[in-house]
Amino acid sequence: MKGYKIIVLAKQVPDTRNVGKDAMKADGTVNRAALPAIFNPEDLNALEQALRIKDQYPGTTVQILTMGPGRAADIIREGLFRGADGGILLTDRAFAGSDTLATSYAIGQALKKIGDVDMIIAGRQAIDGDTAQVGPQVAEKLSMLQVTYVEEVKELKKDTIVLKRRLDRGVETVKCKLPLVITVNGTAPECRARNAKLLMTFKRAKTVTELQKENEDYTTLYNDRPELNIPEWTVNDIETDASQLGLSGSPTKVKSIENVVLQAKDSKIISSADADIESMMLELLESHTIG
Amino acid sequence: MNNIFVYCEIEDGQVAEVSLELLTKGRSLANELKCKLEAIAIGHKLDGVEKQVMPYGVDTLYLADDKRLYPYQTLPHTSIVVKLFEEQKPQIAFMGASSIGRDLGPRVSSALHSGLTADCTSLLIGDHYDKKADKKYENLLYQIRPAFGGNIIATIINPDCRPQMATVREGVMKKEILDPKYKGKVVNLDVSKYVSDSDFVVEIIERHMEKSKLNIKGAPIIVAGGYGVGSKENFRLLNELAEVLGGEVGASRAAVDAGYVEHERQIGQTGLTVRPKLYIACGISGQIQHRAGMEQSAQIIAINTDPEAPINSIADYVITGDIADIIPKMIKYYKKNTK
Repeated sequence: MKGYKIIVLAKQVPDTRNVGKDAMKADGTVNRAALPAIFNPEDLNALEQALRIKDQYPGTTVQILTMGPGRAADIIREGLFRGADGGILLTDRAFAGSDTLATSYAIGQALKKIGDVDMIIAGRQAIDGDTAQVGPQVAEKLSMLQVTYVEEVKELKKDTIVLKRRLDRGVETVKCKLPLVITVNGTAPECRARNAKLLMTFKRAKTVTELQKENEDYTTLYNDRPELNIPEWTVNDIETDASQLGLSGSPTKVKSIENVVLQAKDSKIISSADADIESMMLELLESHTIG
Repeated sequence: MNNIFVYCEIEDGQVAEVSLELLTKGRSLANELKCKLEAIAIGHKLDGVEKQVMPYGVDTLYLADDKRLYPYQTLPHTSIVVKLFEEQKPQIAFMGASSIGRDLGPRVSSALHSGLTADCTSLLIGDHYDKKADKKYENLLYQIRPAFGGNIIATIINPDCRPQMATVREGVMKKEILDPKYKGKVVNLDVSKYVSDSDFVVEIIERHMEKSKLNIKGAPIIVAGGYGVGSKENFRLLNELAEVLGGEVGASRAAVDAGYVEHERQIGQTGLTVRPKLYIACGISGQIQHRAGMEQSAQIIAINTDPEAPINSIADYVITGDIADIIPKMIKYYKKNTK
C-alpha cells in the first residue's frame, strides 16, 4: 500500500488566551508585540490526527501548509519536530488583509498546485478570529466533501473513512469516501510532544528568505540536505486571479474598530471583612436576588 | 428579491431557538429596510414548521422536505441554500452560530463569493462612505463582533457582495413573537431540482443528540470562575456556593482552556449568553468576549485579587480579595441569615 497524502492546514496566531495587562498599550490599542506567536491550538489537534494515520499506514506523508508572514516558518519547523514530513509557507504581500474567503481562495489554489491529496486536515478554528470558516470555505473552493468538528478517526480502510464528530448537543459518527477536508475539534487528543531526534534533524530547516538574512550559503546546504528546505510560495508560484486576493478580494471589510471603553457602573467597593460580606448578603436577601 | 433570509435549523421537527431568535432580529431589520422576511427549512416531515415560524413575522417560508434531508448533511443543504439564494437574491442571510450554521455558512459564502461574519453580537443597519472609491453605500448590514482578544469591537460590512451573511450564537438575540396570527406564504420546493444524488455521499452511522443536562441559561444565579480561580480543586468552592444559593456554575473561556471546568459551562461570545438575576464572577478579569455573554445580568458581584480588573467596572459589588477567603464567608452569612 502506498499510504495517504495528507496536508495539514495550520496557522500561526497571537496567543490571545492568556492576555495579560501589557497586552494593551497606554492609548488603548492592542500591543501585538506582547502576545507570543503560537501554533494555533486546534491545528495541533489536527496535526496529531494526521500523524496517527501516518503511524498506522506506512508510506503516508504529512505536509503542513500555512499562509502568513515569513516568521510563520516557525510553525512548519514545529510540525517537523513533531513528525511532519515537510511544509510549505505561502507568503506574499498580495495576501495581506485577506478575510476568510480570500484566505481560502489562496489556500485552495495552493492545494490545487500540490494536487492529488487524500485528506486535508485543519483545526476547527483559529483562536485569533474564532470563525471556523476557512476549512469549509477551502472545501467548497475545491468542490470537496467536508466533515467538521471531528474528534476521532474511528476507521480508515482504503478510501473509506469513519469519523466521530462532536456537535453542540451530541455526537455523530459518519462514513464517507476520500478525498475530503476534515476539521478537528479541540476535544480531540492533544498533539504529541517534539521528538528530540527530529528536533536535531530539523532545527536548521529554513526558508530561503531566512537563510539569506543569515547570509548562509543555502544552495550548498539544500543540495546536501534537501529536507531542510522549507519552500516559500509567493503569488507567482500559484495560479491566481488577482481580484480574489488580499484586501481587494475580500468581500468583508472592517468599517471601524473601537477600543473597548468601559462604562463604569456605580459599584459598591467592599472589603473581604466579615461585616462587609454579611451586609452584602443581607442586601441581596432583602432584594430577593437570592434566597 | 432583496429580502432577508433566515436558515431555520430543525431537530426532531422543532425549529431551533437560535433560528427563532434570528427571525425576530430579521423581522425588525426587514421593517427598517422595508423588505420581506423569508425563511428556509430543510429536513423531513416539516409539517409543523409553518406554525412555529409564522408568528415571528415570516412573509415567505420555503420548505425542502425529503427523507434524505434529515438529519443535516453538508452537501445537500448547501446545494439547496446556494440555489435558492441564486434565485431569490437576498440582501441579507442569517444562520445560527451552531455546529450546523458554522458548517453550512462558510460553504454557502464560499460558493456565492459573499462575505460571512461569525459570532456577531449586534446587527444594525447603516450607511458607509468609501473614501478611496468615492462611493456611498446606503443601508448596509453592520455586523458587529468583538475581535482580537476582545480588546476591540469591530464593525464589519460587505459593501459589494450579496447576500451579507452573519452567524449569531444562541441566546444573543431576543426571541419575540410578532403576531400569533401572522400569515405568510409557504413555498414547497421541488427537492429534485435543488440536489443531485452526488450530494448524498455521507452515511450517518450513529447519532446521539441529547438535551444538555445543564441548565445554565435558565439558572437565576450563576457562580462563574475564570483563570484566576487557579485550579480544578478551587472550582469546588464555586460549586459549593452555587449549590447553597440554588444556582449553576459557569466559566470563562480561560478557565475552560486551562481545563478547570468542562466546555459546556463556558459563558461569553463563543459560549453561552446568560441573563441571570445574580452573576458572581470569581477570578474573572472580564475580557469583552466574556462580558458579551453576561453583562445583561441584573446584578453582578466581582471577586478578584486585582482591584483594576475590567470586570469591576460593570459590577454592582466589587470585592478585592481571595476567593478561598471570601466564598466561605458568603456561604456562612447566607446560611446564618436564612435560618
